[in-house]
Amino acid sequence: MRIAGKGLIDTSKTVSFSFDGRRIEGAEGDTVTSALLANDIRLVARSFKYHRPRGILTAGSEEPNALVTTGSGAGAEPNVRATMVEIHEGLEVKSQNRWPSLGFDVLSVNDLAAPFFGAGFYYKTFMWPGALWEKLYEPLIRRAAGLGALSGDNNEDRYERAYAFCDLLVIGAGPAGLMAALTAARAGADVILADEDSRMGGRLLAECEEIDGKPGHIWAAEAVAELAGMENVRLMPRTTVTGAYDQGTYGALERVGLHKAADGHLPRECFWRIVARRSILAAGALERPIAFPDNDRPGIMNAGAVRAYLNRWGVAAGKRVAVYGNNDGAHQTARDLMDAGVEVAAVIDSRKDASVALDAPVITGGRVIATSGRLGLEEITVATGSGQERLKVDCLAVSGGWNPTVHLACHMNGRPVWDEAIQSFVPKAGMIPGMEAAGAANGVFSTAGCLADGAKAGEAAAADLGKKASKTKMPKASDSAYRLEPLWVVEGKGRQWLDFQNDVTVKDVRLAAKENYRSVEHMKRYTTQGMAPDQGKNSNVGALAVLADATGRGIPETGTTTYRPPFVPVSIAAMGAGAQGKGFAPQRFTTSHAASVERGAPMIEAGMWYRPSYFPRPGEKTWRQACDREVTMVREAVGICDVSTLGKIDVQGPDAAAFLDFVYTNTMSTLPVGKVRYGLMLREDGHVMDDGTCARFGEGHFVITTTTAAAALVMRHLEFVAQGLRPDLDVQLVSVTEQWAQFGVVGPKSRDLLNDLLDAPISDETLPYMGHQAAQVMGVRGRLFRISFSGEHAYELAVPARFGEALYRVLVARAEMLGGGAYGMEALNVLRIEKGHITHAEIHGRTTAFDIGFDKMISRKKDCVGQKMAAREGMVEESREQLVGLKPVGAVKQLTAGAHIFVEDAQAKRENDQGYVTSVCYSPTVQSFLGLGFLKNGRARYGERVRLVDHLRGVEAVCEVVNPVFFDPEGGRLRG
Amino acid sequence: MRVVCPHCGERDRREFTYQGAAEILDRPAPEVENDAWADYLHLRENPAGETRDMWYHDPCGAWIVMHRDTVSHAVHGGELASEVRK
Repeated sequence: MRIAGKGLIDTSKTVSFSFDGRRIEGAEGDTVTSALLANDIRLVARSFKYHRPRGILTAGSEEPNALVTTGSGAGAEPNVRATMVEIHEGLEVKSQNRWPSLGFDVLSVNDLAAPFFGAGFYYKTFMWPGALWEKLYEPLIRRAAGLGALSGDNNEDRYERAYAFCDLLVIGAGPAGLMAALTAARAGADVILADEDSRMGGRLLAECEEIDGKPGHIWAAEAVAELAGMENVRLMPRTTVTGAYDQGTYGALERVGLHKAADGHLPRECFWRIVARRSILAAGALERPIAFPDNDRPGIMNAGAVRAYLNRWGVAAGKRVAVYGNNDGAHQTARDLMDAGVEVAAVIDSRKDASVALDAPVITGGRVIATSGRLGLEEITVATGSGQERLKVDCLAVSGGWNPTVHLACHMNGRPVWDEAIQSFVPKAGMIPGMEAAGAANGVFSTAGCLADGAKAGEAAAADLGKKASKTKMPKASDSAYRLEPLWVVEGKGRQWLDFQNDVTVKDVRLAAKENYRSVEHMKRYTTQGMAPDQGKNSNVGALAVLADATGRGIPETGTTTYRPPFVPVSIAAMGAGAQGKGFAPQRFTTSHAASVERGAPMIEAGMWYRPSYFPRPGEKTWRQACDREVTMVREAVGICDVSTLGKIDVQGPDAAAFLDFVYTNTMSTLPVGKVRYGLMLREDGHVMDDGTCARFGEGHFVITTTTAAAALVMRHLEFVAQGLRPDLDVQLVSVTEQWAQFGVVGPKSRDLLNDLLDAPISDETLPYMGHQAAQVMGVRGRLFRISFSGEHAYELAVPARFGEALYRVLVARAEMLGGGAYGMEALNVLRIEKGHITHAEIHGRTTAFDIGFDKMISRKKDCVGQKMAAREGMVEESREQLVGLKPVGAVKQLTAGAHIFVEDAQAKRENDQGYVTSVCYSPTVQSFLGLGFLKNGRARYGERVRLVDHLRGVEAVCEVVNPVFFDPEGGRLRG
Repeated sequence: MRVVCPHCGERDRREFTYQGAAEILDRPAPEVENDAWADYLHLRENPAGETRDMWYHDPCGAWIVMHRDTVSHAVHGGELASEVRK
């Protein structure tokens, strides 16, 4: 019910939304819960386990009951706390965990069976037969219990991630947070003030309090306006700080566009990482309920929430309200309600000696022992000192005291300390380096105390940051003492609910203790108290008190469970923003990319690079047809392939040669200028790391290549050796991979092709195999290497990257005139397998130089990385699996990489395993399938027949073990 | 987590690649026995508290010996590997 003239929002501006299909009218500035209460709707949800009718308990992010689904379709968001949803035109809200409707829910029969469903019910009941758990019990339980469901569709809504840095992060913009921010900002600190509400002011917006003679919310608005006008302050409303992490890093979730209809531009939410040199936790406190019988009916609310709905949104939570509490704060609820003209049926104070200065019926020393009303509160029964009294009320405002919001302070595993005076936990200093708590979060509950504590924390932070705060003039505010007498449980007939979100009662916690789950961590897991979205914000301290009582210990001895981030649920979409689909994943394109795509080449990923798989021509129906043609084309004419993705590292310095001798197994210092040498690098443990070529350009100048996959790894390794192991060597390294576009010109007609383009023709004498030289190609200065990965007469021509695309197009056109053309990765792979060349399929991290037959490449005349360990016993044993070629005997359908090798007539089981296959292809040159693999003692077994078995794919083949070089083993073609 | 690069200052940890304990800098001579080599490669302290380990700052290419605390997660600072070895 809306009260005219109350509240801080403009009720003349109507906004409508739908709740379970019903049109609801609210006002601009309403949340879903304030609008529902304004329309006298109390029943909002069904509970998790028993499908109990539930209403609204709180007015903040700690809400355990009023969980709803917002939106529809792929972007529908389940389990949203309705208290945090600002209404806007067209908003769709649906209740959850009910069928067919919220008012009539078939599964509420669970509630009748509740006596059977206590703590540990599932553990005790669904024990056997075990096979039924996965297929029957779990699906049934999951269907019956639960909250909202995801759509299962891909969410296309926009989300963001962002980073921010500041001197001081102030968490919470109530009286303490505002004072802290003002004090530090006036001293010149860079301040971020984050608050999870849409409007800053904290409890000042929810209370009738005066500061400096004006209403608290006006004072707050003025403070916010001053902060907004300062250049060193960033205000972040609608932003919940969700976690405290190492080195002053904080996670925060900002609801950027959730209060508006999605327009495709404004992100829905943004996940922030804020790095702050100091922080002040001014997150306030959360009110706790009292566990009296049947305390979960819609209409039973926290007293502070009732005040918030009244004073902020102008909404009375009921027409006839009773107030029940164990502290003076609860009286304020009755006072505010009466001032607004709402009937207060009774003020029930559990303290016998409480003095209540109110013009309302007062019951001191009273206890609420029963409630009734099926879908909403209708009546309560109060035990007075002398008897029982029944009161017809539609709302009961309850206060069991307040718990400081210590959560963030505990995120680095610090434990809060028990404060007897407020009967709750408070943070202790130093739990998070650089963080200080202030105000209610620090256990200070009066307005004046919060202002002073905030100012003090702001001054201290400024001083820590080397800024001097001028003397703060303290605003005047009330300083009433917070007095309470602990009251956790009221005995009586009916279940006393502790954790509304998980349907955990006092009886469940006592049962856990009785069954010896006495540790708070065990109790939590046995009963599920404190789990799920609210993480026990409303129930933890109460449940602890019950457990402490049941186990005969004090609350501080019982201790708390571990507080973990996030403080509120964070949508995965926000944390993973930018990572959907290709997202921010880097993509690297070669200069020939567009030309390859134009030719219809499917592009495949090679690390971050994209490379053409094959170049289909008209009439070719499969990739194999294109690949076979490309291989034959290279062997018979000339092919062009972009090899720019290979890592290129420029190595310079007086000690460059000595450095390369140390990182390569073979000797590079003896390489003449103008020559290229194949090189092998080991890891220090003796296994092969990478291979490539090394070209010498001058006494102290080399360019080395790495494989595409290992380019970054090799660069890091070489920097490590240069900086960490051999700082005595004067050498500099720089990656030039992207500076040079490099193309393979491969095949018997390669030189003819090049001589048409080069300003000075080449011959076998001027550029022999494994030579290189500077080259002018159509007026552009480049580098020409005579090296080969295919076994053909071949060159690699490099030009500055800006000429890459033009050169590639020219090369391909010329090749086509000679009966050749472009070839892709598939053909490249076939060509190298035919020649027995290795890739990372073979040097996969567990193979040694010995295994691949390159043992002799490890020079003994010098030290190098990996040399010592490669010579270890066991690294060079004949029984090791050695690289071999595999050629099918007779017809086979296919060979598969990953197949295992067995003696031909041995059983194909693990004990008989002889090795495995690493690479396979169909070779149009040899007209056969070919394989490379590793076989025990393989080099001594050429000619032997073995059986390849791929258990995974169900493929078998009999092969002959052969030399891995299938084609032109003498290498005549290279030198042609 | 924030990590300190001597060249670039305090940066987000995602700019760095971690590479294990700083003992990797104490490479034995080739003539040293295999056992000592195996220890160098594979045997590591597992300290609760102060530790020194290797971090590579990808953007600037510096190898850094970082002083950290495995209990508090504090990062005390780092020196260039090339300076440590001199």
